[in-house]
Amino acid sequence: MFTRIFTVAGQELRLGLRNRWIMLATLILAAFSLALALLGSTPAGTLGVDRMTITVASLASLSVYLVPLIALLLAFDAISGEIDRGTLLLIFSCPISRTEFLLGKALGHLMVLTVALVIGYGSTGLLLYAVGAGSPAGLADFVRLILTSAALGLAFLAVGYVLSALTRQSSTSAALAIGAWLILVVLYDLALLGLLVTDTGGTFAPHVFPYAIMLNPADAFRLFNLASLGASSLVGGMAGVAESLPFPPVAALASIAGVTVFALCLALVRIRRITP
Amino acid sequence: MTPAATLTLKNVDKSFDRNAVIRDVSFELRAGERIALLGHNGAGKTTLFKMALGFLRPDSGDIAVLGHTPGSGASRAGTAYLPEAVAFQKALTGREVMAFYARLKGADRKRSLDLLERVGLSDAANRKVGAYSKGMRQRLGLAQALIGHPKLVLLDEPTSGLDPVSRQNFYELIEEVAAGGATVLLSSHALTEVEARTDRILILSKGQLVADDTLAALRARARLPIRIRVRGTDGAADRIADRLGGTRVNGCSVELYCEPEGKVACLASIGELGGLVDDVDMHLPSLDDVYRHFSGITAGEV
Repeated sequence: MFTRIFTVAGQELRLGLRNRWIMLATLILAAFSLALALLGSTPAGTLGVDRMTITVASLASLSVYLVPLIALLLAFDAISGEIDRGTLLLIFSCPISRTEFLLGKALGHLMVLTVALVIGYGSTGLLLYAVGAGSPAGLADFVRLILTSAALGLAFLAVGYVLSALTRQSSTSAALAIGAWLILVVLYDLALLGLLVTDTGGTFAPHVFPYAIMLNPADAFRLFNLASLGASSLVGGMAGVAESLPFPPVAALASIAGVTVFALCLALVRIRRITP
Repeated sequence: MTPAATLTLKNVDKSFDRNAVIRDVSFELRAGERIALLGHNGAGKTTLFKMALGFLRPDSGDIAVLGHTPGSGASRAGTAYLPEAVAFQKALTGREVMAFYARLKGADRKRSLDLLERVGLSDAANRKVGAYSKGMRQRLGLAQALIGHPKLVLLDEPTSGLDPVSRQNFYELIEEVAAGGATVLLSSHALTEVEARTDRILILSKGQLVADDTLAALRARARLPIRIRVRGTDGAADRIADRLGGTRVNGCSVELYCEPEGKVACLASIGELGGLVDDVDMHLPSLDDVYRHFSGITAGEV
């Protein structure tokens, strides 16, 4: 069973290296994080806060947009693309179960994403540490950022597989993936904000809003990272929410894991019904 | 003792959107047999393969692959498949594709690489599959299908896109595989394609199995007439037509048909004409004629 999962995962990693997916994702992450670290943290000196911590706070906000996008772009093709190209027919005729196939894909894509995150964000963290801009605690913040970004990525990979398993054309699932990104990452927050503003009865903010944030892995990710940085006073915005929540920020991680498992199960239900 | 059945279909029906694609098909394939499945485009060949692989379920009837349900782990472990228009990840090399499928099938990777040489792809093993020609992809697909000694090999139009030399090699390979005890079921849309390299022929027409026999037996059963064309010496055509029956086709030739068993008698009577005859041409019914005969039959006539 594990041989087959690793075989599929290994092929995804190999393909990621070969079609320069990993390189592209790494470059994007490195470029953005370096820009934020070098330009964005200039005023932090006067605040007396660790420059690395401030950078991690900015990067967490960046990850919310970039990591789901990269994950969805990796995943949208996973099933529909293989049907489209006709490669799934052969794979499914082999003695590999569809669960093994999906887990292999997820593992491979997670490795692709992790490599990009470790190199992209890691290089920025090490650079800041090397020039004496941060403490070991700042490095720990970077490690946490990379690990939680990978978890966020996995959640959106799973969402991508659901969308990919819905159609037989990879162009359709590409459109669905972009739509999912727009809704979950951009419009969801806007809608919550709008509801908060118009909420006059006072029931939405304390009773619905915290759970609505937890349901979306992107928001849960942001909540957890900013809360654990203790940086809400610096960054403001939605991060301040963490202090008024009815549950500890760690619950946000559990929520991301829950969404991931749920989406993977949903994808599996679809994949099992596919006639390649 | 007869060898064990590797693929059994019993009264299998399948329709899509109320269009019957497979109608009441039953047959049994045994170990070591090479079987050709013939039929026009859309006759239901690919549907039949997909049902044997467990991708599609029959509406009614039973299918057993190596004694198991199609699609179960045990049936897939012993089954190999080459789809029509086979496709691989373009960015991988031939060697990587073989290693990938060998690991999925739990077979020895080294031995599977030897198969690349066997299908004549050892020179291209390190080139990306995206740069392969159709024939090369087809041969890679065949090599992939033979990984790990499958007991049932399903090949969907395996010889399309192959040049005559590759086709020759292909049939030699199939013969070896069958000699090793595997059942090989290959589909094609022309009887001439499968040549005399298969033991048994199944013909599918509009979803129905209209023939299941050896080529020689099919020929005999078809009872197609032999066409004889007799060219007479100057002005003798009319007299030949009078004596033999048959029709004049141009100024100097007469065409007549005779049953297979009347062949010798017919030739004898031509011989009696002596000087009137300039030349004789004889056309035995071709494989295409036999195939057309059977694929034209519908259920009512069987």
